[in-house]
Amino acid sequence: MPLANTSTSVPVVVDEDKCIADKGCTVCVDVCPLDVLRISELTGKAYMKFDECWYCMPCEADCPTGAVTVNIPYLLK
Amino acid sequence: MDEITAGLSEIDCDVLVIGGGTAGPMAAYKAKMKNPDAKVVLLEKANVKRSGAISMGMDGLNNAVIPGHSTPEQYTKEITIANDGIVDQAAVLKYAENCFEMIQELDRFGIRFQKDENGDYDVKKVHHMGTYVLPMPNGETVKKALYRQLRRARILISNRYMATRLLTGKSGRIAGAIAVNTRTAEFLVVRAKTVIMSMGAAGRLGLPTSGYLFGTYENAANSGEGYAMAYHAGAKLANLECFQINPLIKDYNGPACAYVAGPFGGYTANAKGERFIECDYWSGQMMQEFYKELQSGNGPVFLRLNHLRQETADHIEHILHTVERPSRGRFHEARGTRYAQTMIEMHISEIGFCSGHSASGVFVDECARTTVPGLYAAGDMASVPHNYMLGAFTNGAIAGEDAIDFAAEVDFDAYDRADVLAEQERVLAPTRREDGIPPNQIEYKVRRLVNDYLQPPKVSKKYELAQQRFAEAREDMEQVMVARDAHELMRALEVSSILDCADMAACASLYRAESRWGLYHWRTDYPERNDDEWKCHVLLGKQDDGTMGCEKRAVQPYIVPISDDEKDAYYKQRITAEA
Repeated sequence: MPLANTSTSVPVVVDEDKCIADKGCTVCVDVCPLDVLRISELTGKAYMKFDECWYCMPCEADCPTGAVTVNIPYLLK
Repeated sequence: MDEITAGLSEIDCDVLVIGGGTAGPMAAYKAKMKNPDAKVVLLEKANVKRSGAISMGMDGLNNAVIPGHSTPEQYTKEITIANDGIVDQAAVLKYAENCFEMIQELDRFGIRFQKDENGDYDVKKVHHMGTYVLPMPNGETVKKALYRQLRRARILISNRYMATRLLTGKSGRIAGAIAVNTRTAEFLVVRAKTVIMSMGAAGRLGLPTSGYLFGTYENAANSGEGYAMAYHAGAKLANLECFQINPLIKDYNGPACAYVAGPFGGYTANAKGERFIECDYWSGQMMQEFYKELQSGNGPVFLRLNHLRQETADHIEHILHTVERPSRGRFHEARGTRYAQTMIEMHISEIGFCSGHSASGVFVDECARTTVPGLYAAGDMASVPHNYMLGAFTNGAIAGEDAIDFAAEVDFDAYDRADVLAEQERVLAPTRREDGIPPNQIEYKVRRLVNDYLQPPKVSKKYELAQQRFAEAREDMEQVMVARDAHELMRALEVSSILDCADMAACASLYRAESRWGLYHWRTDYPERNDDEWKCHVLLGKQDDGTMGCEKRAVQPYIVPISDDEKDAYYKQRITAEA
């Protein structure tokens, strides 16, 4: 069966003005237990690529510039 | 990142530890401390800095046996009764005798434990009988403190490697493990003299009521690989029918939490605001009463703090919203719920395997040895019941110290190269398809079926139907599952563990033809506990013909005797109507 791209709203939000991933920082990507964050090749900033979040918050707590916010996923909010 | 890259590298070590959450780092550390010349490798699917059940921290010890407050014998008795008699006491007693030393060691690592004005440990009573709960004022620092010790001890850490199968040697001993990189799909074969598995709970077995696949009680990275790998390596697993089901905040799926709120006067209440259970300590018997109340005219069930002074309720809220699951504060903020003002709706969790709170796990003795020579298990995936975080640390240490001695006595056992090739084929099969069913859909379906058919109350016919549906899902998984990149391949491999665990949950539950452990194994067609036939372990394993099967194993004679008038204490949970 062919695959579709179904959209989903993701809980982790990155403030691109504060994010320093383009300077080489990968802290949030490194610490995520579910490995759902990536650095965008387009913007050079971190973003949530996979909607597979345990809303546990190491990405937010360990971000050196306070750029990451973890929200509660919509389905359980 | 995430592109699939071919490749395979090989390394050797004396002790391989798989899983860098709680038990694993301690096992690796203790092994290395006992023999600094040994090569100790710690493999982790995520990143040791923030992996496992205590990713963000822990607000306290739930099972601290501290001189002056309780004795190892009292604790062993309590856990034997809480676990409905199915306990090999040697392992529980050994934990209880060693855990105080572990508390002191953690203290030296910089993790603080609450003390009273006299400088004594400020231990709280939450259990039915004894006093074992000790708050941790800087509990958010646990992982950092552990990581510091690992670096200092020069443990070799490999992050983002997911172990998929164990290797057994020609002489029947453990020979190592195969792992795959979660970002490149490159293989790593680790040849090892001993292997310690500390891979956490099977937390992605049932589906949370929210329907969000990753909104589980356990860290959603803990998808049951340890149980599946032990099974395929021929190890026995104990009492898998004793599910984990926990009381939680409705929808949020974080603990409620009796251990934090209880000592301050918080309690579990029905819709009328009344207590209905004597003791909030988590046990199957308590969960049975919780479930009954939830279904009754007095339901649903709530966490009640709004009778306390504002400062007290706010203090509890502060602990609950900052340490173990800090996004809880955001959840309540969005709903406009404050603990000081309203009762907070609770519910029961999805089912899982986890000896941390319950009892199901890879069968181990008091030295954390499994039934496969050279293979150890510790933490949430090993069969020592009600073990919690301190049990993971303590038994991880026991495993590390025993394993390093074992490694000194043996050479590498030779494994069959064909096993590695076969595993590579199995792992990569979903990447070789152009289209098909993605892992998330198969996972959703399997876990929805787990809820439909396996969630207690357990009914034999429903279990048989589940087995048929699981077989169909397995066919899909093996024939048409597709993974388009390395990340999706990790999810595909997790589906395989989840399905193995679902099959094991069904098989073990059908075998034990009685009810036991309250809600955890409540079979409506065998509603009574039957001590004459079933006061024993159920061990599940792979049989000679390759099929899954169960056998009875006698409970070892008790070291700490349990009298007839005490053995059912945990069944006396229900508060009877006041006159």
